[in-house]
Amino acid sequence: MGNKQTIFTDEQLDAYQVRLVCVFYSRLHGRYHELAPHLVPMDYTNEPHCKLPLALIVNMPELKENPFRNRIVESFSEDGMGNLSFNEFVDMFSVLSEMAPRELKAIYAFKIYDFNVDNYLCKEDLEKTLNKLTKEELTPEEVQLVCEKAIEEADLDGDNKLSFADFENMITRAPDFLSTFHIRI
Amino acid sequence: MSRRSNVVPNVLYDVDGVAQRRNNRRQAAGRGGAKGRGRGKKPASDEEEEDEEEEDEAPRGRRGANKKKPAKKRGDDDSEDEAPKRKRGGAANKKKGGKAQDSDEEDSDAPKGQKGRGGKGGKKGGKEEEETKGKKGDAKGKDKGGQNNISSDSSSNSDEEEESMSEGEMARLMEEVEEKKKLIANIRNKPWRMKRRLTHLKEAQAFVDKFEGALGKGKGRKWYAYKVMMTKVLMGLPYGSIPRKTVPREEQDTAQDYSVLMDFNVRCSSYYFSTTKTLFLSQGYCKYSVLFYGFYNNERTIGLLKFRLPLSYLMVGIGTFGYSLMLVIRTMAKNADVGGGDGEEGEFTFAWKMFTSWDYLIGNAETADNKYASITTSFKESIVDEQENQKDENIHLRRFLRVLANFLITCSLGGSGYLIYFVVKRSQEFATRDDLSWYEKNELEIIMSLLGLVCPPLFETIAELEDYHPRIGLKWQLGRIFALFLGNLYTFLFALFDEVNTKLEEEQAIKNASIYAMKEYYANYSRLVNDSEATPPPMNPADVIRGPCWETAVGIEFVKLTVSDIQVSYLTILIGDFARAVIVRFLNYCWCWDLEAGFPSYGEFDISGNVLGLVFNQGMIWMGAFYAPGLVGINVLRLLSSMYYQCWAVMATNVPHERVFKASKSNNFYMGLLLLVLFLSLLPVVYTIMTLPPSFDCGPFSGKSKMFDVVMETIDLDLPAFMGTLFSYAANPGLIIPAVLLMVLAIYYLNSVSEAYKNSNMELKKKMQMARDEEKNRRNNTDSTNQVMKDLEDLLPNRSLAPPPEPEKPPEPEPKPTKTKPGAAGKGVNLQKDVALASPNPNARGPVRPGPGPGPGPGPGPGPGRGRGRGPPPR
Repeated sequence: MGNKQTIFTDEQLDAYQVRLVCVFYSRLHGRYHELAPHLVPMDYTNEPHCKLPLALIVNMPELKENPFRNRIVESFSEDGMGNLSFNEFVDMFSVLSEMAPRELKAIYAFKIYDFNVDNYLCKEDLEKTLNKLTKEELTPEEVQLVCEKAIEEADLDGDNKLSFADFENMITRAPDFLSTFHIRI
Repeated sequence: MSRRSNVVPNVLYDVDGVAQRRNNRRQAAGRGGAKGRGRGKKPASDEEEEDEEEEDEAPRGRRGANKKKPAKKRGDDDSEDEAPKRKRGGAANKKKGGKAQDSDEEDSDAPKGQKGRGGKGGKKGGKEEEETKGKKGDAKGKDKGGQNNISSDSSSNSDEEEESMSEGEMARLMEEVEEKKKLIANIRNKPWRMKRRLTHLKEAQAFVDKFEGALGKGKGRKWYAYKVMMTKVLMGLPYGSIPRKTVPREEQDTAQDYSVLMDFNVRCSSYYFSTTKTLFLSQGYCKYSVLFYGFYNNERTIGLLKFRLPLSYLMVGIGTFGYSLMLVIRTMAKNADVGGGDGEEGEFTFAWKMFTSWDYLIGNAETADNKYASITTSFKESIVDEQENQKDENIHLRRFLRVLANFLITCSLGGSGYLIYFVVKRSQEFATRDDLSWYEKNELEIIMSLLGLVCPPLFETIAELEDYHPRIGLKWQLGRIFALFLGNLYTFLFALFDEVNTKLEEEQAIKNASIYAMKEYYANYSRLVNDSEATPPPMNPADVIRGPCWETAVGIEFVKLTVSDIQVSYLTILIGDFARAVIVRFLNYCWCWDLEAGFPSYGEFDISGNVLGLVFNQGMIWMGAFYAPGLVGINVLRLLSSMYYQCWAVMATNVPHERVFKASKSNNFYMGLLLLVLFLSLLPVVYTIMTLPPSFDCGPFSGKSKMFDVVMETIDLDLPAFMGTLFSYAANPGLIIPAVLLMVLAIYYLNSVSEAYKNSNMELKKKMQMARDEEKNRRNNTDSTNQVMKDLEDLLPNRSLAPPPEPEKPPEPEPKPTKTKPGAAGKGVNLQKDVALASPNPNARGPVRPGPGPGPGPGPGPGPGRGRGRGPPPR
């Protein structure tokens, strides 16, 4: 309690409250502050502009082991380079929280897997995803096969790449998506 | 603190304006009474407690305001006082509003919410109040005066206001408020940037705050949070796993008279010492201990409370089966439910594997390594599946090989069954002799354990012929091992029943001898004393000629089996896993090939085999517990110790199984095995209870012609007469046969209903498939212009720099480069980064951005020395 009173104004807190329980904010901010204690102010009442670089954020224990950590951070940053302001930081963990709805998660999952930011999951994206998932244990032929099969399965409009609609259609039926696509902080 | 109170009230005052005042008044009215009573005192009333959280804010505001702006007008000051309260505990306010309006709805809920924070808040508030009492004494006086004034006059004001609002306006306002509230509720679903969300939220909230109070509606936000928390707590509770243990029989022992127990034991053992001189554990002292059926006597009631031991023995025995059956079937039904959810397996196999297999919760390096390995295997599995589908092979050869394999396996199953039957027969021969070697005494157990060791690998080798898909192959393998175990057990059981029958015959002779001896004894006694009137002292129980007590004998067999099973499994782990691991690990330094990656390698932890062992062990418990109640205790000890022992063995000496199977998928397979085992172990027990005559001189049912008679006896003697007639009607075949018929019909009906559902499910699936194809075709021709896409586009980093996007998205990707022009440089950098990411060790890469903070620490990368020297991941 004591912490957040000095960090945020009431109004800010109230606004945040809609999205998560307020205790989260002091904790989240604690984590954010921890990453770079001399960069992040403890006082948010006058809305300072500070951003943490990607390299700092991907070293959080929650993200450290994730093969997609850089993509996660990049897709939540406004500039696409992985620099996160506190707002974006909160954004990231609220989307990845258990309470976030499936549609929202699907949107960000799409962004995460869209490596070359062209709004489509094309074959290269899938290859990259696959190589990250398997630590490049599969032979190139196997990778080819898997990517082709995946596109074939999910592609509705037959353009040999997955648009968001295709992706959403596929991911909303996945039984494990909600249980795997979240991070507890 | 002071900053807080500075900023907030000003802002709020500006924003909320008039409505603020109205709200204040409402609050003040609600709170006035409590304040008047409770201020300055310890919080006493409920209402006071509820206010605590606001109140510990209020003094601050008041203090701050008084210090910083002493020159402010009275009215301003006043509403500022209220502002923090209002804003801070927005939820609480609303709760109160709700309480005032629809108190019947919320009354029951509110106290719960208070309870959660009541204690803390109350204490804090009290302390704070004491601290600040002196300081704010004068201010409070003024405040209270002011408030009272305002509340009294503004209440009349707002009454007028509310009356002046027309019905239509009210409705419109209400609608708008609802809309805004919906926006607030859904704002987290909107794929907007945080900034945009915050501004929207602020607007909506201000609006809602402004008018909601006026309309006297609103749901406590805190209450909602509490509810969410509670549901989480409730849902987060781990589901009870299947209890491995049945109801402990030992409960019955506590009711036993302990002195009798001691007496009995001592005499029996002394008797045994004196007569046979041979004492080995399971045949000597233990035979007469609580472990076995023979220990319990047939006294109808025990002690003051009239504990009916025989009845409860029977009831616990049968009740255990009933309870276990219910549990197993319920679990199976639940699993079937879950299984039905993701029925459409074939549709998105690869896509799902690719996008949902990584668990984002993983934060541990070793877990991550395992996950990588398991994902890789599952991909390989699917690839193999896919290739198998495409492959066109020689079906005739395959069929021939499968038939051959099944033939071989049936042969070995039959052989093992015969072997066991043979050994049991032989052991019965041995039983009459005294000069037995150790091997001859334990032949049966040794043979059974050996079969259990040798057969599964043999089956596995034979199964190579069949060339099934690994998952199906595993099921076959498990089914065969199961059949082996079960066949062995049943052979063993039949042999045992042979033995029981011989014992029953023998018993008749002994019974006569025993009665004869008793008569002899009495005759001798009266002859010695020369007084036929004197009642002779009861015969020393140690001297009575005893029957063989076949129930105890059966119990002993089960205990022996269990003990030898424990020994074998522990020794197997010690030799097969531990010794092997030690050899592989240390001989590897001086060996001509790589032992770790090559031939012996480390033992694999065979999950399915171990689960099967558990299932089987459970079957033995079910079967043996009636004859040897102590078996349950032995198994508790065994399972506890083996859990830790195997845990150690797995961590120290084993490597993960080559193929990772999802446990949930084969859940019902194991449960089905368990159900089968339960049913099969139910049969012999129920058979004995219903048909075989119990031993005449041991156990709780001695003296009865059937074990079941004890129930009849209880009905006749202890229950009122009409219950007896009721039961006799219920036991009438005329009632039972229709009941069974009804059940069969019910099963038939339910079965056909489920068939129908299945059919309609299939139909629906087909329809969905068709719709999907149709949509595919349709989409090929039209653009995708839906709201989500637009939102998504809006989110793109490049788009935020570009001019406002036109609503229509061009379907062809050609215009893309022009649109993303401003961010082209950024894109290039991204690509570079991705290439860097794809390099095997991400930690070798320096910090992307020279951040002023501590650089990226040396994360636990996949070093070469990781793991227990496991070779390349499974293929």
